[in-house]
Parts: sequence; C-alpha cells; structure tokens
Amino acid sequence: MFQGRDIACERGERRIFTGLNFVITPGQALVLRGPNGCGKTSLLRISATLLTAADGALTWNGSDIAENPEGHRANLHYIGHQDAVKGALTVRENIAMWAKIRATATDHTEAAMAAFDITHLADTPAQYLSAGQHRRTALARLVASPAKLWLLDEPTVSLDQAGTECLQQAIATHQAKNGMVMAATHIELGLDDAEILQLKPQ
Amino acid sequence: MKIFLAIISRDMLLAVRQGGATFLALIFFLLTVTLFPLGIGPEPAILARVAPGVLWVAALLAAMLSLDRLFQADFEDGSLEQLTLSGLPLSLIVLAKIITHWLTTGLPLLLAAPVLAVLLNMNDEGFEALLLTMLIGTPALSLIGAIGAALTLTVRRGGVLLSLLVLPLYIPVLIFGVSAIDAAVHGLNAKPHLLLLAALTVAAIPLCPWAAAAAVKLSLE
Repeated sequence: MFQGRDIACERGERRIFTGLNFVITPGQALVLRGPNGCGKTSLLRISATLLTAADGALTWNGSDIAENPEGHRANLHYIGHQDAVKGALTVRENIAMWAKIRATATDHTEAAMAAFDITHLADTPAQYLSAGQHRRTALARLVASPAKLWLLDEPTVSLDQAGTECLQQAIATHQAKNGMVMAATHIELGLDDAEILQLKPQ
Repeated sequence: MKIFLAIISRDMLLAVRQGGATFLALIFFLLTVTLFPLGIGPEPAILARVAPGVLWVAALLAAMLSLDRLFQADFEDGSLEQLTLSGLPLSLIVLAKIITHWLTTGLPLLLAAPVLAVLLNMNDEGFEALLLTMLIGTPALSLIGAIGAALTLTVRRGGVLLSLLVLPLYIPVLIFGVSAIDAAVHGLNAKPHLLLLAALTVAAIPLCPWAAAAAVKLSLE
C-alpha cells in the first residue's frame, strides 16, 4: 500500500498544492486530474523521490519512505516527459540495459517488446525511431523489469491508438498482478475502477 | 554491485558506440603536445626540460575537455533520473560514471603519455615516474572534474564555467605530478611527491562522488 499524507509542494517559493492525501492499495489505480500547472508532475516526482515534498509524509506499507529511499526506488517505475532512450543503442539493447540496471532476476525484454508491438524494430538503432516508437520503447521498460508501483506522467503522449491500447493492456495485466498505478493523464486509459484525484490550482 | 557493474558496462557500450567523440580527449592530448616542439623549437635540451610540465598541462586540459559529457547527455534525455531510480545510492551511480570517464579518458592518456615523452626527448629516468604519476593522478582528474560537471548541469553551454570551476582544483595534482617527474629526472627521490599525489586521489575517492551526487540531486529537482 502506497500512501501520502498532507503532502505539500513548493516550486520556486510558490505553493503548488498543500494538504494532499491519497492511498493506493494493491491492484488499484489512481488517476491525477487537473489543469496545467496544478502539480500533477510534481506529485509524481515527489512519489518517485526525485523531488522533496515541502511538507507531509509518504509511506510504503506503513513505513516512511524517507527512511529507505533506495528501497522505495527499487519498488517503482517512473515514466516522465523524457524517454531515456539512447539513440546509439538498438531498441532491444535499450530495454535490456534498463532491465539489467534494475537488477531483474529474469529478463523480460522480449515479452516487453511484444507487449508494445515493437519486436520488428528490435535491432533498429533508436535514433531512427518515430516519436511514437520512441515512446513505446520507453514504456516497454515497465514490462521488462517488474516493479510494484508505476508512476506514469502523461504516458500516452505521441502514442497512436494501437499504442494506447498496448499501454492499457499492460496496465490491466499489472493491476491483475496486484500492481499499483499512479498516472497523470488527460485521456481515458480504460481504468474503470480507478480513483480520481482532482488537483486544484492554488 | 550488480547494478554498479551494469551502469559501467552501459556507459562503456555507449562510449564505444559513439566512437570518435569519446576519444576526442586523446586526440586533443596528442595534438597539443605535438604543438610544443613546433612552437618553442626543436632544441632537445629545452624540450627535455619542459616535457613533464607540457605533458601534465595537456593531460589536464584533455581530461577537462571531456568532462561536460560526463552527465550532460544523460541529464538531457532523462537517463540520469532513471539511473537515480535504479535503487543504488546516487553517490555510487556517480562513482560508476567517474570510473567510466577514467577508462575512456584517463587510461588512454596514460597509455599515450610515454610515446609523447619520447617525442619531447624526456630523460629515460623520468619514464617510470611519468607512468606512475599519470596512473595515480588521472583518477583524481576524473573525480574532481565530476563535481564541476555536476554543478554546471543546468547551465546552458556550461563548458567555460566548468573550466573556471575545475582548473583551480586541478592545480595540486599538476604540482605534485610534475614535481615527481622532475625529481626522478634529476636523480632525486620521487617518492614524497608520489605519496602526496596519492593522498590527493585517496581523499578524492570518498569526497568527490558524494559532493557530485549532491549537485546532481539539486539539478534534478
């Protein structure tokens, strides 16, 4: 269970949000909604420990993540605005490399490429990919190494209809395995039972 | 440890794939050193006198030239934040990148230095000291440089600022590196200088990754 209590965020001396509470239980998804600049990305980055909250506490199964940030990081996947895909490496190498850095016991690279329908691009250097294929390669990291919590920041940007369906399928499989999802998105991801967290501009 | 090695092997693979750009520092080193006989004349005695200094100054500049690539590329495409989330403490991630920097910059410089020393007519007595100082000193260049590279991450075209930050910190390495070779060339004991140089590197191993990691964390926020 991943929980946030009274989270506040400050960027450049400006309060973005205060007193935010949320709970994600295994198998559940939380969708962040709100206008531009209301702090969706900031909340995801705080959850990923990339950003320090101005106030409040995040807990993982009841224990404060500030006590063991490295342990928390190993539990999560974060898909941000940038794809972290290296043009000099092929699609397969890109995905396998991140799986290796996540110290995955078994390599799910092939399954990950199949899940996002990029197997035919496996040996193509990533610099020749289109924006959507680039994004799919980044998203394939989610499947290549298992993590309990997925933090997705606008994951469907530059994806086509088929790509979005691949992502929906991946999220459904993840939830079926008791995985947790926290996503900022403007389009429906087919998350039927998802809780909605509405962020308001201050 | 597995993650640590995975990061090093990733960076080495990227360095090899990017080929030319990675070994630019080595080519810069070769070119600058060959400029000196052209600039100050082919007088063997003069060249032998300035050889240790020329080699070390050129090595400093070459190492610095490649520093902005240490974190910049990974910062820009989001790889750096992904690396941060690997579950390894950030200072160890930084150390892994410093080791790769040394393998792709310091080590080639170390291997090229004796060849260039011949070109500069350095005394035979100095060769052993030259290799030793390069072996002990170049890791310090990568370690200290990492702090500068991390601090200038968010600065657009931070190359000049980077050199202003890092060059003054390189001065002790330069002094002890050159004085060790000079001592050996003049038949004196080079050991005290080598020990001081080693002390610099040993002190830099825990301190620099820690400081650079703090700077990287700030730039990611």
